[in-house]
Amino acid sequence: MRCAFAFKTLAFVTVTLAGLAGPAASETLKIAFIDPLSGGAASTGEAGLKTFQYLAEQINAKGGAAGMKLEVTGYDNKVNPQESLVQAQKAIDAGSRIIIQGNGSAVAAALTDFVAKHNERNPDKTVLYLNYAAIDPVLTNEKCNYWHFRWDASVDIKMAALTNYMKGRANIKKVYLINQDYSFGRSVRDEAKKMLAAKRPDVQIVGDELHPLQKITDFSPYIAKIKASGADSVITGNWAQDFALLIKAAADAGLQVDWYTYYAGGTGGPTALRQANVPDRVFQVTEGIANVDHAASRTFETEFRNKMGAGLIYPRAVNLMHMLAAAMTEAKSGEPAKIAAKLEGMKAEVFNGGQGFMRADDHQFFQPMYISAFGPLTAKEPFDEEKTGWGWKVLGRVDTQDTVVPTSCKMQRPS
Amino acid sequence: MLELIVVSTLNGVLFGMLLFLMASGLTLIFSMMGVLNFAHASFYMLGAFFGFQLSRWTGFWPGLVLAPLLVGALGALVERYGLRHVHRHGHVAELLFTFGLAYVVEEVVQMIWGKLPADYRVPEALDFAAFTVFSTNYPAYKMFMLLIAIGIFVVLFAVLTRTRAGLIIQAALSRPDMVAMLGHNVPRVFMLAFGCGTGLAALAGVIAGPALVTQSNMAALLGPILFVVVVVGGLGSLAGAFIASLLIGLVQTFAVALDVSLADVFGAVGITLGPDSFLADIWRVTIAQVAPILPYLLLVLMLIFRPRGLLGTRDS
Amino acid sequence: MNEATKHATLAAAPAAPPGALRRYGVWIAAAAVFVALPHIFASGTAMTVMSLMGIGIIFALSYNMLLGQTGMLSFGHAVYYGLGAFCAVHVMNLAIRHVVPVPLVLVPLVGGLGGLLFGIVFGSVSTKRGGIAFAMISLGLAELVSSSAFILRGFFGGEEGITTNRTKLLHLFHWTFGPQIQVYYLIAAWCLLCMIAMYALTRTPFGRMCNAVRDNPERAQFVGYNPQTVRFIAFCLSGFFAGIAGGLGAINFEIVNSSYVGLGPSGTVLISAYLGGVGYFVGPVIGAVLVTYIQLMLSDATEIWQLYFGLLFIAIVAFAPGGVASLVMKHAPLWRARVMHRLVPAYLLALAPALVMLAGVSLVIEMTFRLTVKASEPSAMTFFHVPLDAAAALPWIAAAVFIAGGFWLFRRSWPVVDRAWSEAAAAARARSATP
Repeated sequence: MRCAFAFKTLAFVTVTLAGLAGPAASETLKIAFIDPLSGGAASTGEAGLKTFQYLAEQINAKGGAAGMKLEVTGYDNKVNPQESLVQAQKAIDAGSRIIIQGNGSAVAAALTDFVAKHNERNPDKTVLYLNYAAIDPVLTNEKCNYWHFRWDASVDIKMAALTNYMKGRANIKKVYLINQDYSFGRSVRDEAKKMLAAKRPDVQIVGDELHPLQKITDFSPYIAKIKASGADSVITGNWAQDFALLIKAAADAGLQVDWYTYYAGGTGGPTALRQANVPDRVFQVTEGIANVDHAASRTFETEFRNKMGAGLIYPRAVNLMHMLAAAMTEAKSGEPAKIAAKLEGMKAEVFNGGQGFMRADDHQFFQPMYISAFGPLTAKEPFDEEKTGWGWKVLGRVDTQDTVVPTSCKMQRPS
Repeated sequence: MLELIVVSTLNGVLFGMLLFLMASGLTLIFSMMGVLNFAHASFYMLGAFFGFQLSRWTGFWPGLVLAPLLVGALGALVERYGLRHVHRHGHVAELLFTFGLAYVVEEVVQMIWGKLPADYRVPEALDFAAFTVFSTNYPAYKMFMLLIAIGIFVVLFAVLTRTRAGLIIQAALSRPDMVAMLGHNVPRVFMLAFGCGTGLAALAGVIAGPALVTQSNMAALLGPILFVVVVVGGLGSLAGAFIASLLIGLVQTFAVALDVSLADVFGAVGITLGPDSFLADIWRVTIAQVAPILPYLLLVLMLIFRPRGLLGTRDS
Repeated sequence: MNEATKHATLAAAPAAPPGALRRYGVWIAAAAVFVALPHIFASGTAMTVMSLMGIGIIFALSYNMLLGQTGMLSFGHAVYYGLGAFCAVHVMNLAIRHVVPVPLVLVPLVGGLGGLLFGIVFGSVSTKRGGIAFAMISLGLAELVSSSAFILRGFFGGEEGITTNRTKLLHLFHWTFGPQIQVYYLIAAWCLLCMIAMYALTRTPFGRMCNAVRDNPERAQFVGYNPQTVRFIAFCLSGFFAGIAGGLGAINFEIVNSSYVGLGPSGTVLISAYLGGVGYFVGPVIGAVLVTYIQLMLSDATEIWQLYFGLLFIAIVAFAPGGVASLVMKHAPLWRARVMHRLVPAYLLALAPALVMLAGVSLVIEMTFRLTVKASEPSAMTFFHVPLDAAAALPWIAAAVFIAGGFWLFRRSWPVVDRAWSEAAAAARARSATP
């Protein structure tokens, strides 16, 4: 009697709980965004997270991809490789199948190793690593890996574009190099030396500085050295706090040089530049800016600014998410292995107009590159940066096929 | 060359004065009360953020006055209700209490003001170049910082050595029971000393905020170097802290300017040490790259050979 | 005569010795727990958490050899953990290239030897001074070593650190150590070994002298022991065990970088040891388990978990400076006298309002967080699955009521708990008095 009663109760409870569980929800593809969300680089990490979440919302609003909704969760790695691995493991344990990261090539190197090992040891729980900003060339050469895809042009691609522009500027006589002391900064410095020697052997490199990453609060001693060297141009790959404070110190000291940069457009850069009041002397090389004359991207930019209150600093994020959604739709699946198979070799229309392609040999995306300068705007340029009244103006454009560089990658493909 | 030396000296002095601004309060607390206040850099950060918030509502100058007062009051409360309660459990417990406090303050600041840098601007009245040396401009704001630091040193020194209150504070450090028996309210003296110390830290924060980055990690960035200043200068000595901060500021600034490595020195003598030679890292590192660790090297050496510090009056 | 004497002899025979089970029972139970845990908690997250707990236990116990047993407060203990990890990872890479035949199971020992070596080198200068000077030297050394990481690139690997692959070493018994569960068992085995070793150390005369030096160094000198030598040896041994923990960390993460030697892990191990209780051997174990769990899992429950962590730490320092272990051990005499159950009703009476008060505080914190950091998002949120609007007045009023009412009732319950304690203590005394 008691047994029967207990059985009935159990059955009742089970059925009720099952009923309460509700209808099966549509599947979600969990994406882990692992980047600094605190500390000196928080500004870039936060901007990235918000951009990816905005893009995921847009894709979900159109029905998602392959019937799945995209969900982007942020994990703070404090630009520390070891912390990133802890967060990556957490993300994977929580069900993420895609990892997006960009700020810090040291982190990227650790993550790409980790993803390769994880996929080898857990073939049923593979993850993809989509890299949107770590541009140390080694990631698509010595450390290339089937599960890693990079959407940002690598150091050598960007330096080639920058030095091509510098080739034509006669006023450059003495160049000072200042970079962050880690793999990315050192590769910027090495590429700059190599390419300047090839394209402008008359230019003298009067300084070569490497400083600790995101630790310096007062750059005035470095500015003093730049002044003492008599340089007229500075090449720097500094980003986030390192760039903003460098410019701040330069402004304080009244340093008058041209700046050739990679990341002057990052969060905090335009504000520092406007305060420094150096019109048309700061140049950057990027895959796109708001003021490129392309109607669809301008519309996107306007909507983005309305919603986010800040400009889009990662056009490559748009390319990444659109191509991810396209790959998922083509593969009709959210399985990393199938997505990877579709991503390699994929051709896509890029954000600011033009065609790009993901090279299957090394998983590097090639796209048109732009050289732009920061200064007061004209009627042709409707977008300013960070409410300063100044913005980026296109000075030159390099077509996709002219940006291609060779690779030494010997990719091991899963059987 | 001369330009680099002059400019580096000025930069070094300015940086050193900034360090002194922050360390003056810690010297007061550490020397007067023997409490190693790990949360000192947190009060510095609170001062910067309070100053930032007040400058948004009322402007920079009222913030300069109000923020240290507010933070000083907060510090006095922390001493009265926190440290005093923990004091009976011993020095380690006090230390760990301030440790936990530093943690909590950083989190609260992140909660209220976020993790991104705050846009704390130099006030317009000081936003010009004061003078130019060899074509390098020196902003008036940094001169202002220098003046305030020297002013604090003079005032503190005078108060501690020439006034009754200062003598009572110094006596309460070494002979609290006797001072209590003489009729002075020793707990209140300690509370005031702690409040003043944290108020000074906050003043440093209000002033340094526009010059450096005002962000929730500023306490963690500058915290360790404060201890170096206090310990190298000597426990119990304000003049020592002044000299130590100048020394550290100059050493760090000059170190950055020197791109010489041991390999260069050996090279001048005729020995070449390429990148693949044994212990290559040590020979080829330049003094500029070593600059950030020089203060800690100084700390360790000082503690080994002269734990009293430069001008310390008590051995720890 | 014979029978009577036989009886008397039997009656007078001493009670059987404690027996192997009593003495080693704890360790056998611990081993059983280590083996059983993966079967109870089998998820990937659980494996990760348990592995990190194991490493944390060894590290915290090694730290307590300094703080709890010898009275040396160090702010830079992670230096030996990290340097041990670097030694381990370099040896692993050498083993992968077949330069040295070291199997993975012995790599933690390499880490330990690395920690010992640096412990000897740095300890010879640090332990000359005691007290605050020692603490400051340890701080300076920690900063020095972590900043050197970017200068001595060959050893430290710069920003990138040194990576390795634990599956590429010599395979013993077909253990590849690829899956996390094998790594967990390796960590558990080393954890057990280290716990036994460190516990045994506390029972040796050397361990006792460490305690003596902690309590009264002058008197220890009179007995004939040089406190400085005792401290130095304790320091070296503590570095050895910290290095073992570092070696296991290198195996677990397969990457070692400058963050291993900095002030971060030094602070965490200090908090773990203190939270758990430095006065008891088992204290750091409790502390390490608690802190690892909080650091890994609490961040899922709330985004401002670090604030709760800091507040918890301050509460322990202010109200229970002996740590969690001391709170537990306070009940030991009552437990032994079997009068614990008398406290239960009083504790429940005190616990309920305390929980209400804490819920109120947490509600205020979470709502403030919602309105400040998450200002760009709508103010609707859930608190323990109860939906509410952070911008409305009702939740704030409710929180105020919780805090005020909870605190008032909590205070009212203190005399009740007091009475229960006195009664229970009296009963315990009465029980132990009667044979």
